[in-house]
Amino acid sequence: MSLAFMVDALLWVIAIVLGILVWRRSVPLFKQYGGEGATDFLKLVPRIAIGVTGAGFVAELLPQQTVAEWLGPDSGFLGLIIATVGGFLTPGGPVVGFAIGVSALKAGAGVPQVICYVTAWALFAMQRLFVWEFGVMPQRLVWLRLAASLPVPILAAVAAMLLGRP
Amino acid sequence: MPNAWCRVFDAKCIMRSRPSNPGSLLSFEPPLTRRKRPSFDWSTIFIAVVMTSAAVIVYLRDGQERFLEILFHDFWMVVDIMPKVLAACLIAAFVAVLMPRDAVVRWVGAESGFLGLVIATIAGIIVPGGPITVFPIAAAFLAVGADVGATIAFVTSWTLLGYSRILIWEMPFFGYDFVFWRFLPALALPIVAGLLARALAGWFGIGRGAPP
Repeated sequence: MSLAFMVDALLWVIAIVLGILVWRRSVPLFKQYGGEGATDFLKLVPRIAIGVTGAGFVAELLPQQTVAEWLGPDSGFLGLIIATVGGFLTPGGPVVGFAIGVSALKAGAGVPQVICYVTAWALFAMQRLFVWEFGVMPQRLVWLRLAASLPVPILAAVAAMLLGRP
Repeated sequence: MPNAWCRVFDAKCIMRSRPSNPGSLLSFEPPLTRRKRPSFDWSTIFIAVVMTSAAVIVYLRDGQERFLEILFHDFWMVVDIMPKVLAACLIAAFVAVLMPRDAVVRWVGAESGFLGLVIATIAGIIVPGGPITVFPIAAAFLAVGADVGATIAFVTSWTLLGYSRILIWEMPFFGYDFVFWRFLPALALPIVAGLLARALAGWFGIGRGAPP
């Protein structure tokens, strides 16, 4: 049984336990809110289908080698900025950012730069922002989160440097 | 039109509709009425345009075979994701019913201070799943009274520290050493983002229950 499957299973166990708790409190409430959850899901489906399918094509077009070259250990602060922008432009999904990060490391990129890139990608990959976050969160909160997250990748890289990792 | 900015959940609208005597009927208060979410809006259109362009370029550059290969691979990824999305939407809906609002306000509300950010960070580490799960759940927390700083700390924490993504995806790619050095400084960053978000929210008057 794979780890990914166990996370899925855990998710469903939580959903079912919460569902039972609501059911025991009130059956009409369960039907109403279960229905609303399912409706939210159906409304997300077209967005997800477009976003996830398209991410593969965007990843295919990304010049991986160029990204790797720009993130060299001597690229300094400019390298961190490039890493942040690169993370923003890299499509979301579980693998793309990590795959590019690893190939950058192999191609000779610095560890802080790659930490910066992976952190930026995790925090605000553009495709994830549009597909997932604008879909379910109040818009002004998304903008606020984006603004508050902007310095975070660079802080992560600087902290990693200070903690002793080159 | 300021109302266009508050679509799904709106902390302010909800705070306004709260009873003036919160102690009395909070836990049996009728659940929130949620704003209807359009299935298609400008952000979907934007993403559709970007994705379609990318698909067309790949088709023209690499040919039909490669195009179909990517398409089928991504199609199975969509199929794989769907059950998680459904589970997350149900969790978010049920959380909105079950969460004792007074407790949420006390732990991660506007007055929760630094401790609220720490609690939100820990919550972000514990919640399983991907962006699929975290955003609906974060929106649900916001709706039941969490403040913007804590909500953003929660999302940031899940993004940077969530164990499921680290164990399933990051470790196999990068190995222990890199992940450790990425993880260690990241422990403090959700709190930084939360503090920054509170400062920005105060500056721009967002989400603090100020009169519209």
